[in-house]
Amino acid sequence: MPCRTASRGPGRVMAQVAMVMNLDKCIGCHTCSVTCKQTWTNRPGTEYIWFNNVETKPGAGYPHRYEDQARWKGGWTLDRRGRLRLKAGGRLRKLLTLFYNPELPSLDDFYEPWTYDYESLTTAPLSDAFPSARPKSQLTGRDMRPVHGPNWDDDLAGAAAYAATDPDLEGLSEQVRMEFEQVFMFYLPRICEHCLNPSCVASCPSGAMYKREEDGIVLVDQDRCRGWRFCVSGCPYKKVYFNHRTGKAEKCTFCYPRIEAGQPTICSETCVGRLRHLGVLLYDADAVLEAASVRDEKDLYEAQLSVFLDPDEPAVEAAAERDGIPHDWIQAARRSPVHALICRHKVALPLHPEYRTMPMVWYIPPLSPVTDAVHATGYHDDDPDRVFAAIDSLRIPMEYLANLFTAGDTTVVEGVLHKLTAMRAHMRARQLGDPPDQRLLDSVGMSALDVEDLYRRLAVAKYEERYVIPRVHAEGSGALMAQHCALDYPGGVADQAAHDEDQLAAAPPSLPGFAAPGGGSQFRDSDGRVRFNLLGWNGTGPAPGLFGDGSTR
Amino acid sequence: MSAFDLWWWIILPYLALAVFVVGHIWRWRYDQFGWTSRSTQLQERLLLKWGAPLFHYGTFAAIAGHVLGILVPESFTRWLGIPEETYRMFSSIGGTVAALAVIIGVVLLAFRRTTVPRVRATTSPVDWLALVLLAVVIVLGIIPTMGINLLGSGYDYRESVALWFRGLFAASPDVSAIANAPLIYQIHATAAWAILAVWPFTRLVHAWSIPLWYLWRPYVLYRSRVPAHPTEPGTGGRRWRRIGVRY
Ligand code: SF4
Ligand code: SF4
Repeated sequence: MPCRTASRGPGRVMAQVAMVMNLDKCIGCHTCSVTCKQTWTNRPGTEYIWFNNVETKPGAGYPHRYEDQARWKGGWTLDRRGRLRLKAGGRLRKLLTLFYNPELPSLDDFYEPWTYDYESLTTAPLSDAFPSARPKSQLTGRDMRPVHGPNWDDDLAGAAAYAATDPDLEGLSEQVRMEFEQVFMFYLPRICEHCLNPSCVASCPSGAMYKREEDGIVLVDQDRCRGWRFCVSGCPYKKVYFNHRTGKAEKCTFCYPRIEAGQPTICSETCVGRLRHLGVLLYDADAVLEAASVRDEKDLYEAQLSVFLDPDEPAVEAAAERDGIPHDWIQAARRSPVHALICRHKVALPLHPEYRTMPMVWYIPPLSPVTDAVHATGYHDDDPDRVFAAIDSLRIPMEYLANLFTAGDTTVVEGVLHKLTAMRAHMRARQLGDPPDQRLLDSVGMSALDVEDLYRRLAVAKYEERYVIPRVHAEGSGALMAQHCALDYPGGVADQAAHDEDQLAAAPPSLPGFAAPGGGSQFRDSDGRVRFNLLGWNGTGPAPGLFGDGSTR
Repeated sequence: MSAFDLWWWIILPYLALAVFVVGHIWRWRYDQFGWTSRSTQLQERLLLKWGAPLFHYGTFAAIAGHVLGILVPESFTRWLGIPEETYRMFSSIGGTVAALAVIIGVVLLAFRRTTVPRVRATTSPVDWLALVLLAVVIVLGIIPTMGINLLGSGYDYRESVALWFRGLFAASPDVSAIANAPLIYQIHATAAWAILAVWPFTRLVHAWSIPLWYLWRPYVLYRSRVPAHPTEPGTGGRRWRRIGVRY
C-alpha cells in the first residue's frame, strides 16, 4: 500500500532519517537516556539536559507540563485566514521580546541539577551519627533540597500530584479521569522529532538552526547561535536546550556522526527493549507546508502520510534521482523499517501532530495492557469481534492515546490497536497449529503475509531489520579529513566501494577515525598519559594503555 | 596641554579605539563559539523580566541621545532654528526618561547578578569588569543629565566634551575642551573609552548581533553537509576560549 501514488508527480524529493518506537516493548529502564547523556550531555552546563528522556504517562513530563501549549506556545498554529503561523507570534514580536522571552521555561521547570557531597562520607570525623552526603547544586555548589527532577514522577510516583497534571488528560471525560484511579501507565521515550516543518528552526532569529538537506537531521550551528533562546520556546516538544555555561543552544543530534557512518543512534543501539527502528523515508518537500496547514487537526496524521513517497514507485525513483538522492539511499528507503511501519502497515503514529511541526519520530501505541483487558473479558481468538469489543474497554483510555498521537481522533488509534491485536491472535493460532482466521485478517485489512511481516519486525526485531541506515556520501570531504582521520581504509567513509548497494546489508562499519587494531584508538588524556579509547573497540583486539601507561602507578 | 592630558585624552583613547577594532576582528575570526549574549533567563526570570527590557530599551534611547548630542554639532541645530534652551529642555527630558529606564534596569540587573547565586555563578571576571565600567558610565552619565541640566544651572557639554569626542574621529581632538570640563564628565568619558577597550572581550559583543535578518529570511533553513577542514584534535575547533567563557 503506497503512502501516496505519484498521480500528481512528486515535487522536490528529500530523504529523512526517521525513527519509530514500539511502545509495547518499552520497559522504562532509562538505558537510552543514560547512554545518550554519557555520549552527548555529560559536560558542565548540560547537567540538566536530557536529549533522550523517558516519561511515565500519564505524567507531567520533562520539562514540567511541556505539552501545555496554551502556556508555552510552542509549534505552529493557523491564523484566521488559515495560514501557518508560529504560535509564539511573528518575527517582529520575537525581536521585541529579545531581552526577555516570556515563553521560555525556567530551569525550575526542568530541574536544578544536583550532585552529592560524597567526600564527606569518607572524611567525616568519628561520631555517633552516620555521616551523610548532602545534595549540592551543580549550578552554584551550594546546599540544596531537590524538589524536582527529570523523572520525578517515574512509574507514577506521586501520581496524585503529578500525573493528574498531565495536559493529555484534558478533554477526557470525567469517567475516564476516574478510571485513571484504577491506574494505567506506560512509558514514552522522547528525543527530538527532527521535524519536517521544524518550529525551532523557524524561531531562531540568528538563523543558526537548520535542517540538513541530505538526511533531514535538525542541528544547531553553535558558531552562529547568539543565545537568543527562541528555539527553546519555539519547540513544542521542548527538545532544544540552553547550555547555561556556554550560553548556546544544544539539541539532540540524532547521533549524526554515527548515522553518517551507517550506525544506529546511541539510544537505539543500547535500547534494552530493542524497540527502536531507524530508516530512511522519502518525502515531497514541496508538499510539507500544505500538509502542515490542513484545517482540521485530526487530518494532520493523514496529511503527513500523504507527504511521504513510496520508493518502489518508478515515478518516485525517477524524481528522487533527479533531485540528487543517491541510489543506495533509494535502495535503503525501500528496505526501510520506518517506511514499512508508518506507510505500509500503518501502525506507527506521530506524537502530537497538532503541533503542526510534522514530527519524524513515530510511535506504535502500547497494546500490552489491552491483552490483560482482553483476558479479563473472556478473550477467544475464534471470535474476532470479541477481541475488538475488548479493545473498547481498555485500561489505557483510547482518548488518552488519541490525545497523544492523533490530535484526539480515536478511530485511528483504534485501527492500530486492532491490527496489533489481530497480529497476536494470528501468531498465537500459528503457534498452536490452528488454521489462520481469514475473517480476523480481513477485518483489519491485512494479509497473512502482512501480519507475519509485522510480527517479524516488531517481535523478532533483528538488528539488521531494525536499522537500515545508508552511509553518508562524503566523497568530497575525504581529502580534507585525511589530515587527522584515515577514512579511506577499506569500508571507510571515503572508500568509494563502501557505497555499493549490497553494503547496506553488511555488518555495521567501524567508526571513521577509530581504525586501530581491535577497533579502538589511543588518545592523550588531559593528564598527558596515553590512554586507550574503548569507543569502537571490538572487545577482542589488543587494548594498549587501557589503564594508562602503568609507570606512574 | 600637559603630558598627562596628552596620554589621557588622546593616546589612551586612540589605543582603546584600536583595541576595540582589532579586538572585534580577532574575536569574530577566532571565537564565534564564545560570541553570545550569555543569557541567564534560564536561571532567573522574574527580575530579568523587568530589568532586561528596561535596561536595553533605555540604552537604545541613550545611544540615540548621544548621537544627537555629541555627534550632531551645535551649529547644525542652531541652523535648524532650535534655540539652545529648547534643545536643552528636550534633551534633558528625553534623557531623563531614558536615564530612568536605564537606571532602574541596571539596578535590577546588578541586584540580580550579585545576589542570585545561580546568576553569579555564570559571571566571568571580564564580565565583572565590563559591568563595573558600565555602571560607572551610566551613573556618571545620568547625574549630569538629571542633576546639572535639569535641576541645576546647566552645562553645555556640546561646547566641551562633544568637541573633544568628535575631534577624536576627525583626528584633531580638542584636549583643552575636555580637560577643562567638570570632573564628572571626565570620569564618564574615561570609563566610556575604557569600555571600548574591553568591549570585544566581553559578552557586550552580542550588541552587534541583533538579528534583523530574521525579519525577511525564510522560516525553515536547509543546509547541506559541506566538507570542512578538520579542526585541531582536542580543541573542538576553538582556537581561543578563555575570554568571556569562564569554563
Ligand atoms: S522536535 Fe526537534 S526538530 Fe521538531 S521543533 Fe523540536 S527541536 Fe525542532
Ligand atoms: S532503553 Fe529502550 S526499553 Fe529502556 S527506556 Fe529506553 S526505549 Fe525504553
